[in-house]
Parts: sequence; C-alpha cells; structure tokens
Amino acid sequence: FDSRLPLVNRSDGTKNGETFAPAKDQFQEELVIRPLHSGDIYASFQFRTLWDTDFLQEGQKKVSHYRLFPKSLGQVLSKFSVQELHISFTQGFWRTMQWGQPFIPSPPGAELWVWFHDTVSDVDGNWKELTNVLSGIFCASLNFIDMTNTVQPSASFKPLGLGNATDHRFLRYATLPREIVCTENLTPWKKLLPCGSKAGLAVLMKSEKLFHSSFHSQAVHIRPICQDEQCTSKAWELRQTLNVVFDHYTSGQGKKEWSLFKMFSRTLTEACPLASSSKVYVDITDNPELFELSPATPLLSQAVVLGDRRTYSVYDLTRAETFGQLRSFNLLLRWKGDNMLRPLLHAERYVAGFGLQTGEIHTVIYNNHPYRAFPVLLMDSVPWYLQLYIHTLTVTSKSRDNKPSYIHYQPAKDRHRPHLLEMLIQLPPHSMTEVTVQFERALLKWTEYTPDPNHGFYVGSSVVSALVPSMVAMSTNFTQDQPLFSSFVPVKEESSYFVRVYTEPLLVNLPTPDFSMPYNVICLTCTVVAVGYGSFYNLLTRTFQVDEPSPPLAKRLANFIRRIRGVPLLA
Amino acid sequence: MAAPLTLLLIVAVTIRAVLFRSSLAELISERVEVVSPLNAWKRVVEGLALLDLGVSPYSGDVFHETPLMIYLFHFTVDYAEIVFMVSPYFVDCLSCLLASLDRAKIFRKQKYALESDRYPADCLELLRSPKEMFYIPLKVAMFYLLNPFTILSCVAKSTCGLNNAIIALFIFCTLKGSALLSGILLALATYQSIYPLTLFAPALLFFLQRLYIPVNLRRSSFWCFTLQYAFIYVGSLVVITGLSFFLLGSWDFIPSVYGFIFSVPDLTPNIGLFWYFFAEMFEHFRLFFICVFQINVFFYTIPLSIKLKEHPVFLIFMQIAIISIFKSYPTVGDVALYMAFLPAWSHLYRFLRNIFLVSCVLLACSALFPVLWHLWIYAGSANSNFYYAITLLFNFGQTFLIIRPLTRRRKHPGGFDNEVSCFKSSVWKSSLKS
Repeated sequence: FDSRLPLVNRSDGTKNGETFAPAKDQFQEELVIRPLHSGDIYASFQFRTLWDTDFLQEGQKKVSHYRLFPKSLGQVLSKFSVQELHISFTQGFWRTMQWGQPFIPSPPGAELWVWFHDTVSDVDGNWKELTNVLSGIFCASLNFIDMTNTVQPSASFKPLGLGNATDHRFLRYATLPREIVCTENLTPWKKLLPCGSKAGLAVLMKSEKLFHSSFHSQAVHIRPICQDEQCTSKAWELRQTLNVVFDHYTSGQGKKEWSLFKMFSRTLTEACPLASSSKVYVDITDNPELFELSPATPLLSQAVVLGDRRTYSVYDLTRAETFGQLRSFNLLLRWKGDNMLRPLLHAERYVAGFGLQTGEIHTVIYNNHPYRAFPVLLMDSVPWYLQLYIHTLTVTSKSRDNKPSYIHYQPAKDRHRPHLLEMLIQLPPHSMTEVTVQFERALLKWTEYTPDPNHGFYVGSSVVSALVPSMVAMSTNFTQDQPLFSSFVPVKEESSYFVRVYTEPLLVNLPTPDFSMPYNVICLTCTVVAVGYGSFYNLLTRTFQVDEPSPPLAKRLANFIRRIRGVPLLA
Repeated sequence: MAAPLTLLLIVAVTIRAVLFRSSLAELISERVEVVSPLNAWKRVVEGLALLDLGVSPYSGDVFHETPLMIYLFHFTVDYAEIVFMVSPYFVDCLSCLLASLDRAKIFRKQKYALESDRYPADCLELLRSPKEMFYIPLKVAMFYLLNPFTILSCVAKSTCGLNNAIIALFIFCTLKGSALLSGILLALATYQSIYPLTLFAPALLFFLQRLYIPVNLRRSSFWCFTLQYAFIYVGSLVVITGLSFFLLGSWDFIPSVYGFIFSVPDLTPNIGLFWYFFAEMFEHFRLFFICVFQINVFFYTIPLSIKLKEHPVFLIFMQIAIISIFKSYPTVGDVALYMAFLPAWSHLYRFLRNIFLVSCVLLACSALFPVLWHLWIYAGSANSNFYYAITLLFNFGQTFLIIRPLTRRRKHPGGFDNEVSCFKSSVWKSSLKS
C-alpha cells in the first residue's frame, strides 16, 4: 500500500502546499466454483472494494469524491453513522447435509443487521430511516422492518470488523423471511459494482439463469477493517457476495457436465479493468480423477476453509493467456465414467393442444435395443369426461405409419365407466414410436368438480407391458432359495424377461362453470322460458273486443238533448 | 322467376364449394354453435370407425345418430360433401313450392274477399298485391340458401341439414295433399329427432281443411280421417324402428338416441337454454326440471292448434320455431329452418314494431358467440357466464321474433277472417253497427 498524506483542513479553506493524493481505493473480484457430490454446482462470487477514508472522523471534510465505492452506500453510511452493515437477500434454503457449508451463510428471505457508531443518540430513529433508504436502494420491501420485528442481540452478532463490541444498544437485527428475491433486487445490486455488469465476473450474472436454481443469495457487507497488522490506518471494506447453487443435474435437466456457458449462458472475455485482481477458483480437492477440467491450468492454491484444507485450481483473468485464442474463457468440467445402463424400454406421455375444448394425448415409447424389434402391449384408461375419438388414433414409428395388430377398445359411458384402449404395437429396433389420439373435454355438472377445480383432473398412467429380449440368458428353473427381488415375475423363457413400464399421469384442465351461480342461473333461464310461455299464454287466451271510444262532452250533451227531443242521435 | 332462382342456386353452390375447400371448414365443424353432440360430423365418423373396429357405436356415449344414418353414411361417407350440399336445395325448393302454393291459395281468397267488399279502407294495407306475392318464393329461397346459419351448418357437415330436408319434404307432401307420403315423412322426421311429433297436429288440420272436413269432435268423418292419418304415421314409425333394430340386432339405439335427447346428460355448451341450467342444477331437482323443460316443447301444440286451426301452414311455422328454440340441443341450422319461412308472412312486417331491435339483437348475439367462447375457452379471461348471457339474449331475441308475427296474426289474420278487429277504424265500427 502506498503511504497516504494526511488530509489537512485549513480553516481558510486553502490547500496545503503539497499535492493531495486522492483517497486510494481498490477492487478485487473472485469466483469460486465448487462441484458438489450430488452432481450440482455451487458458485460463489465475491467483489471487494477497499477504501481508505473515514466517514465518521470528526473535523473531516465531507467526502464527496467517490470512485470505486458506490456513492449511494457512502452517503448512507455517513448520514446514519453506520459502523457496520450486513444485508442479504436469499431465495431457497441451504441444504447443509447435501452441500456442506457455504462460504457466507444467509437465512431465507431478507436479513439486515447494523452496528451504529456510538455517537448516535437516537438509534431507533436512525434504524427506521436506514431501513427505508435501503429499501429504496435495493428495491426490496425492507420498509416492513419496524419495531415489531427488530431485536438487539446481546451476544450473537459481534462486529465482524473493527469496533468496540461492548454496547449492544447500538446493534439492530431484523429478518423478513417472506421476502422474495428477483431480478428487481439483482439489478440495483449489480449497479453498485464498479464495472457494473459490463466487464469482469459480473457479466456472468444473467437473472434468467441465476434465479433458475435451488439456492440464490446476494449480500452486501460493509465494515471498517485494519489495513495492516498494527492497525495504523483503517479502511472501509465493502463486500458484495452472490452465492448460487445450480441443480440442473438432480432436477433432470442436464447431464453431469458443466461449463460457464451452460451455467450462466455467458463466457468471460475480460477482467474488470478497475480490478486489481480477478480470479476464478475451482475446487478440485475431492477427486481429481472424477472429472476433467478444461482449459487446464498449472496454478494451484491451497486454502484452509471452514476447518478443511482444500485445493483449488486458479485462473487469473488479469493475464491475457487465460482467455486463449478466442478471447473467451469458458471453464468446462466433465464428469468421467457416465455409463449408466440405458433401459431397453421406456415410455413417456404428455398432452398437446391449447384451450379447454380439445386436446391430444401423445404416448412416446422408446425401444433402445440396437437390433431387435419386439411387440409391446399399451393400455390406456382415460376417464369418461375426456371423450376420445378413436378415428383420430395414429401410431407412427420412425415417421412411418405403424398399424397395431390388435386393438381392443371399449368406449366410455358417461358417469359409468372410462375408456379402455389396448393395443399390440410392434416396435422397430432403436426407434421411437408415437401414439396420438384426440379428445374433447366435457363440461361437468357443478357438483362433479373437485374442491379445487382449476387444479385440473388427473388421468392415470398408461401401462406398457412387454417381453423384452434379454442380453443374458435367464434360468427358468424354480428354486426355493432365489432372492426375493429376482423372483417376483415368473420367468417363462430364457431369452426374454417381462417388464412393465408406467408413464407419467396427466393433469388436464376442464372448462368450469361458475360455481357461485346456481340460483342465478336457474332464475335467469326460467325467466327467459317464462317470457316465452307468458307471451304465448297471453296471445292464446286473450280475446279482442271492439272498444268504443267515449265521445267528447259536447257531443254527449248534444245527444242527451236530442234524446229528450226524440230526434235521431249524432254518430 | 326461373332465371333469378338459377342465379341464386349458382351463387349458393359457389359459396359452399369455396368454403368446403378452404381451411375454414375444419374450424367451422368444431364450433359448438353449429354442431351439437347429436349432429356433429366428427361423431358420425367416430361411429363408423367404431363399427369398423367391431364395437357397437352405441356402446359408448359418442354416437347419437339413428341407425338409418349409419346405413346412409356407410355408403356415402366419401361423398359426404355432396350429400350435404344437396340437402339445402331440398329445403329451398320445397319452401319455394310451399310459398307458391300458399300464395295461390291466399290470392284466391283475397280476390273473393275484395269482391265481396268486406274490407275497410285501412285494412287494405294488409292485403298483398300480386306483384309482391310473385317474389315470395324467391325471397324464401334467398332467406334459406344465403342465410349464414345455413351455410355454416352445411360446411360443418352437420346432419341438421338432412333433418331440415326431411321436414321440408314433409311440408311439401302435406301441401300437395298426399296424406300417405306426408305420414311416412313425418314418421321419418320424428324418428330422427323426437320433436317433429308436434307437427302431427298442423298436418292433420291442413288435411281436414283441404278435404272440407269440419273439426268437430262429434263428427265421425273427423275421427275417420284422424285415425287413418294416425295409422299411417304410427305404422311407418314402427316399420322404421323395426328396420333399425335389424341393422344392429339390438335396441341399444333407443336409449342412446331418444334417451339422450330427453335426459340431456351431455352438457356441452350450445346456443340453447339447457346446458348451463343443468350444469348448475341441484341434483334433487334435476328430474323435475328435465320434465318441465321437455314438456315445455310439446305443451304449446294443443292451444296453438285450437287457436290457429284455420291457418295450419302458419301453425307449422310456429311449431318449427318453438322446437328450434326450446329443444334440448339446438344449433343454428334449426334456427335457419324457421327463418326461411319468415318472408311468406312479409305482409305482417309493416306492423312489427320491434323488427329492427330484434334483428339487431340476433345479429349482435351471433357476432358475440365466437368472441366470448374464445375468451372463455382459449384466452381464459372470461368465464362461462359471458357465453351463457349471450345464449339467454339470443333465445330472448328469437322468442320476440316469433311472438310478433303471432301477435299480428291474431290481430290481423290476413284479412280473411270474420272476427278481425281494426282498432283505429271508425268505418269498421259503423259497418258493424249497420
């Protein structure tokens, strides 16, 4: 570290004769990738900014020149006299038993704990304002933190940096377990970095990949630290950490093969120019033979972390050789020896179509045998409220029509029995056969829906039964001391074994009537019928009479006089 | 007369042919307003496919057509389009003939009445001039062939078109005076869907009027003819039903077709009143309301027959209209059938107060049906209440449409009735007095 000239303030505001060296700040970034035993990957980003300045020293000129340290956080620290600030946003729960210990732990939801400087008189007031300001900075609803969920732990949260850890009156701790983390929180967090998300390790932070994970945690830790052993000068350290566990392998979306591109959909092209150090560490302690790492690197480093000595391969991004010819660094981990036995018969099923009127059931059956074809018996039992149209049944193998040799179809009777479709299909070797049939969704009576009608209705699994040709000869002898797991299905012949494969059940939505409307519907429909009935009734029973309009008064009087006189009346 | 009619036929054929070949045909054949579970083409094909598989089409709940339809389509399934194109022309030609026959009769009566000088001046408006009457058959043909409802029904290959053709044939034979053919065709129409049973009364009244037999329950000639006609009708019905039994060798079709029509188990939305009513019905009252609604269709026969016994042709129109509105699975094809006969009573139009309102309501509803269906089923932003509301409004509009001519008919029944009454005419009052 360079020696710093003390900043001297003269009351008349003139500067010292010597030149001022600007406050020195420095930025480091690193990424640690640790493959987990279950086949998943734990990636931990850390960005550290060190700044030699003191916000809180008396008589100091107010800091106004920010370079690497974000201005928003600097202003927060000085306004609220914060000694230490730790805030984290986490989605998911860290599974310690499967994943080990994280580098930086965090609870699900949001967590904020702050040590205030002992010059603060109204800690609660500062705390309230601080939470609101942080809420704005991080686009989170930290304004829900108030006295009802804040505590002052007396022993658990000692300051992690410098500071007199005596009076826990200046400590405040709050969590919001219900807080959700999403892109709106990631974006302002990324903006606090010196290079933003434009260069360096932060380019890997694409929210659509980061949030598609088992665990995601982003945190900001600010504390004052010593710069050297004697603690002659202090500096402010800002650490931004992001921990994420990708579970693509266990959730069935990928193979046991990782690359930066696969995890983050980006590769690294350059280090952050403002960084003094930019490194990628890959944990290779567990089993160097278990996977291969490319590009290879000669740099190794050992570190004791959480009571365990671990070996890491190091990639230094500040050196141009790391990026190779293509100017792009894509780390690749490939697990070796993935020779899982592929089953010979496999089936899947799904519903195609859109809307609530019609749909199509697709059943896909895979025959993975390299050269043998064998027949399978497919049984489908579809509930009556999905009306199947058997004339739309198509069976295609290798994009050619494959007619089943035996079809047994029993159509459904409404509210009595479901559809039953059984077919014997010959599967060609090493092929995929697709069976499709169209259906129409029925509107049921309102009492026939389940209490959660919009969840959908389940359709039971299809059953595929077959005698699969066996690679190994099986014995048909019946022996008493056979283990139980091999004696469930009786073996009739040596060259094939019986297998039954169940497909996924389907979840199908049916159109729903409005369940709040029975009285209304009955009244309205009866009204329309009654209008028709009433009109007919009126017309058919009403008789028409000629109605003489009453003559005006003058005429009546005249007629009256005429009657008296005995003279013919007026019309 | 022949030239405009031929031109009309050519235009109608062209429209239908164009629509058959376009991609709209499939879209239209899925619309619930145009097809119902009783007459959808998809279900006919499904029934034939089930027959091919060796399963009785009536063992499931998909097929609800009569066995004679199976017979018919077994042979003509490949030529289905031609079958459906031809059937509207039946209806059209027969309506023309109907109109011309009616016209001739009315014209004769009017001439007589004019000569007897029995009409007051302002009732002259009600009389139809020969020129007007000349164009009525053409108007009827136009109303049927170019009606969008008919075109939609034809393009969707709904068997409603065939049912309409049978009813039109029946009306034609009735007007021609052939009781035998009329009875047989009425039996066929009843066999297809039960509701034309109510047309027995107007047909009977027509024949009685034609043969100058007074409608008097004490007269033996009345009973003689009635029994004859009933025998023809019931006999043909029995024969046709027996033939259907022999087709598949079982009576399964009776619960599948007639049980289905009466008990309304399928609640697929359509333009009628039944579906949502029974979807939201309390189970306890279901049987009661089914009975009420079905009786409602047949109920108006006797009162209307008593009141309109002098005008059996108008009675046929009213009955067809009532069936189309109140039947259990109506479609726009049924609506088109009675709409085609409206020009025959065009002389009453000048007195219809609400014709503009009613036609606007019907047009607006027809436009809103597909919109609200889409919003409910595909977009998910509306729910079933929207579609139901339009159904109610449509039926309301239809009710007003048929009540008005009846009102006017009752008040001014064509001018050749002794008990007519003109409210506004003092001349009439004085002629009464004198």
